[in-house]
Amino acid sequence: MTPLSFEWQWNVEYIIFFGLLYIALGVVSVGLVVVVIKTALQVFGFMRERHF
Amino acid sequence: MDSPLLPEGVKRCSPAKFLFWTLPWFLLLAWGGLSAFLCLYKGLNQTNMSNIFAFALWIVFDLAIIALGAGAFFTGFLVYIVGKKELKNILNAAVIIGFICYSAAIVMLGIDIGQPLRGWFIFWHANIHSMLVEVSFCITAYLMVLGIEFIPNILENRKLAEIREFRLFGHSLHHIMGVFAATGVFLSFFHQGSLGGMFGVMYARPFAAREGFYIWPWTFFLFIYSSIAAGPCFTILCTKLTELITRKKLVPNNAVQTLAKISGWLLASYMVLKIIDTLGWIYGVVPRAGLTFMDFFREGPYGVWMMVAEIIVFGVLPAIMLLSPKARESEGLLIIACLLNCTGIVFNRFLFIVVTLAIPVMPFDRFWSYLPTWQEWGIAMAVVGYGFLLFSAAYRYLPVFPKERELNPVTE
Repeated sequence: MTPLSFEWQWNVEYIIFFGLLYIALGVVSVGLVVVVIKTALQVFGFMRERHF
Repeated sequence: MDSPLLPEGVKRCSPAKFLFWTLPWFLLLAWGGLSAFLCLYKGLNQTNMSNIFAFALWIVFDLAIIALGAGAFFTGFLVYIVGKKELKNILNAAVIIGFICYSAAIVMLGIDIGQPLRGWFIFWHANIHSMLVEVSFCITAYLMVLGIEFIPNILENRKLAEIREFRLFGHSLHHIMGVFAATGVFLSFFHQGSLGGMFGVMYARPFAAREGFYIWPWTFFLFIYSSIAAGPCFTILCTKLTELITRKKLVPNNAVQTLAKISGWLLASYMVLKIIDTLGWIYGVVPRAGLTFMDFFREGPYGVWMMVAEIIVFGVLPAIMLLSPKARESEGLLIIACLLNCTGIVFNRFLFIVVTLAIPVMPFDRFWSYLPTWQEWGIAMAVVGYGFLLFSAAYRYLPVFPKERELNPVTE
């Protein structure tokens, strides 16, 4: 459900419940995007390779 | 035949032996596949679930494996947030076990809901006042996180690591793993809690209902506590079983001891809270409902002995064993303590699910009992088969235990 869905209600409960979910999903997505960008930069030689 | 895929510097059995080992697990999967087909094709009349037992064997399995899989998020929390670096040696195994538990739970739920094609309704038409919606959101999101945590280990496979892009991707993922681990902790905290909260808010069922804090009944906190107390023990058990089968030392003792000690302290404090909660329930919720403690119990798996065993034999006893350094350092006693702890959590989930539903809620109702059909057992056993298969394949082809080479030098 998103704020554009017809069932959505603009009240605190919806904002907290979905807000927390979207924050968690956002952190995971941003993390993955950062990893993809870092990998691309390393592949094309714009960034030093890191090893663990 | 598959030697180029095996990790470097470690010994593995022949492909034929490995294939033979996987046979029983494939058979369990086949049994589960047939059961799933029947349940999806003919419907849930293939089960002994009813309007009384809307939650049954599958939910007991689900809740048990979700609790036992908590070793993944809790070990990640200890490594990345608390800084227990020695646990890195067992973290990969914990993540794989967690991934197995959560993916199996979600597949099992897909069959349990009867119409998996409508499974997405819970996300799109969410009832935000339902604890189960929170559980569904968090377990699916957490499975994604577990998948991400598993990827670096997969990319360390000898063949995959030869591809530079994959290797760099794996290293980059590893670099920010703390962020994913923290998100996993957040998601796990809420779904473990909401699974317990779901029972605590059943005010019409005094066997499960509890008082609590704000919107959360005490069971919300107890379920989180019990899962982080039992999850690490399940990780230790799986590791010890792998060591027993492979006849190798795979994890340094300090990692196992640290995890067992933390688990012991958590279990001990959980037992204190659980006993307080049980006494509060006996002298608070039960008399207010016009009942006595023994009104809830019958014979067999519905007897009072289940609750006593859960608290004393599978709770207090393993807590004492895990807290005692002498018992913890003895391999046999450590395994027994972990086994008792894990059994305790299965008992706890069984009591909250099946016994809660068996007890009559109306004066004219009767006590019901439930026996799963072979189709229900088939799907539950498929989880066991899937778990063994995935963990065996991961152990064979991936460097799951970072210290394996050091602990088992190949002499030839």
